[in-house]
Amino acid sequence: MSKAASFEAQAVKTGARRNRLLSLPALIIIGIFGVLPLVIICVYSFLAAAPYGGVQWQFSTDAYLNFLFQRDIFDDTLQFTPDFLIIYLRSFLFAVVTTVICLLLGFPTAYFMATRTPAQRNWWVLLITIPFWSNLLVRTLAIMFIIRDEGLINDALMALGVIDKPITMLYTNFAIQLGLLYAFLPFMVLPLYSSLEKLDFRLVEAAYDLYATRRQVLWRVIIPLSKPGIIAGCLLVFIPALGAYVTPLILGGGIHLMIGDLIAQQFGSGRNWPLGCAQALILMAAVLVALFFYVRNTSGKMQHG
Amino acid sequence: MAEPRTIDIKDQPGFGTIAVICVCVLYIPVLILMIFSLNSGSLVTHWEGVTLGWYGSAFLNEEFHHAARNTMIISVTATIVSTICATLAAIGMTRVKPWRGLAAAFMIINLPLMVPEIITAVATLSFFALIAGAFGLNFGIGNLIFAHIVFCIPFAYMPIRARLEDMDLTLEYAAADLYATPWNTFRRITLPLLVPGIMSGAALAFIVSFDDFTITQLVAGPGQTTLPLYIWNQIRRPMTPEINAISTILLLVSILFVSISFLIARRRAK
Repeated sequence: MSKAASFEAQAVKTGARRNRLLSLPALIIIGIFGVLPLVIICVYSFLAAAPYGGVQWQFSTDAYLNFLFQRDIFDDTLQFTPDFLIIYLRSFLFAVVTTVICLLLGFPTAYFMATRTPAQRNWWVLLITIPFWSNLLVRTLAIMFIIRDEGLINDALMALGVIDKPITMLYTNFAIQLGLLYAFLPFMVLPLYSSLEKLDFRLVEAAYDLYATRRQVLWRVIIPLSKPGIIAGCLLVFIPALGAYVTPLILGGGIHLMIGDLIAQQFGSGRNWPLGCAQALILMAAVLVALFFYVRNTSGKMQHG
Repeated sequence: MAEPRTIDIKDQPGFGTIAVICVCVLYIPVLILMIFSLNSGSLVTHWEGVTLGWYGSAFLNEEFHHAARNTMIISVTATIVSTICATLAAIGMTRVKPWRGLAAAFMIINLPLMVPEIITAVATLSFFALIAGAFGLNFGIGNLIFAHIVFCIPFAYMPIRARLEDMDLTLEYAAADLYATPWNTFRRITLPLLVPGIMSGAALAFIVSFDDFTITQLVAGPGQTTLPLYIWNQIRRPMTPEINAISTILLLVSILFVSISFLIARRRAK
């Protein structure tokens, strides 16, 4: 230990202090092109909208007021309009349902993977990793082909004579929900797997020795021990699902909006950048609440464990 | 040991079935899309026979060429720059005495992973609009390259940092003991050991840049069509199996790079 410490001291002397400067290029690039833009949308959200997109340099809280109220054109009074709020609540609901179903499917999958032999595990991980990194647009397109009116499901059902005209599935809430589940399932399985892989099965064995049933072992030993993985997986699904853009755009057909396409719309056809910035920041606030919950949970875990 | 154990303690009934269903659900839509890229009919979903013709027509398609060229320019540049930055940052954040601001630096590097993509997209769009308005600066396709570098850095950073942390420091100490200068130690010892991490990171950076749709779509100017944007433009027209062929090409590129990254990582584990 002291030997390592003296080596470390030597390394510091011979220039490890300069090494920290090596992180500068990455920090500068992310600072300018990643952090600064976030500051800019904070500023933009307090400006007035220019008539053809962009902003006017004039302080205004209209963007935030517009989120909940609509200014009457005639007498300038504010009227409560829940349209945006409804979209936010809908997106929240979609994200929660996605997270719960992904957890219900992902946990058994991850557990099964983690209990295979090391060689089999490698293959299972590769199988789940490939969709994880595959193009989301293309994967969403694949779902669209299947659930279209002339898609495979309707064709098969009609050929079997179960139905005589196609069931409309595309451009419905069902389509968005299905697309979100499909998109984010691997995001749940992989963190759960890496947590379950480290599970100490001596504890499981001890539980069985103490006459626990299979179900009790699952609920009282395995699930509590994999809590960090469960929380990580839920966040990895919940956060991108809440701000999903591609899925509702393609499978909702621009009719059933979620927060993601609502924001994008303000920058496109809506031409109200300050409103879009305010909506983005409200989404960011929701994400920060989720992350705060995560940090508090994991740090609490460390104190107890 | 008195009585033979009759149950496998690791087994939970039904979990294997769910695992198989999950994998099938993940792959069936994609496989169907791939199979229909070989459909000889001109309708997207009605099967008429096997042909490679749609791949041929994709390869002869000028718009596809243009999109593929843009994609390669952006992805390759973003991969190179982000991998270099990520490697330097990983060394600057692991091979040092903890310094004030290390936690903050770590947060900044990982920030692009925590901000929802749509927010990054509109923020980047606003940023480039602002500098275009205020300074008359427009980097053209460089806008997209800068935007991509930002979100590629954390993906390249993760495997490189993991590799650095796993590395046995004895060799580096031995080199230092043998009067190697810090630079020589780095070039002869650390860097060669780090190569798998760097390659794995570069492969991941390439995939995320190659596949990105949300940020690219909002930041891209006229004529800056990438392959995902090209597919998106095609969806809104009457579709032919050519779109399936192009989608399949995109998927195969991702699968190739994921497998490369995975195999490198697995060789490391042995």
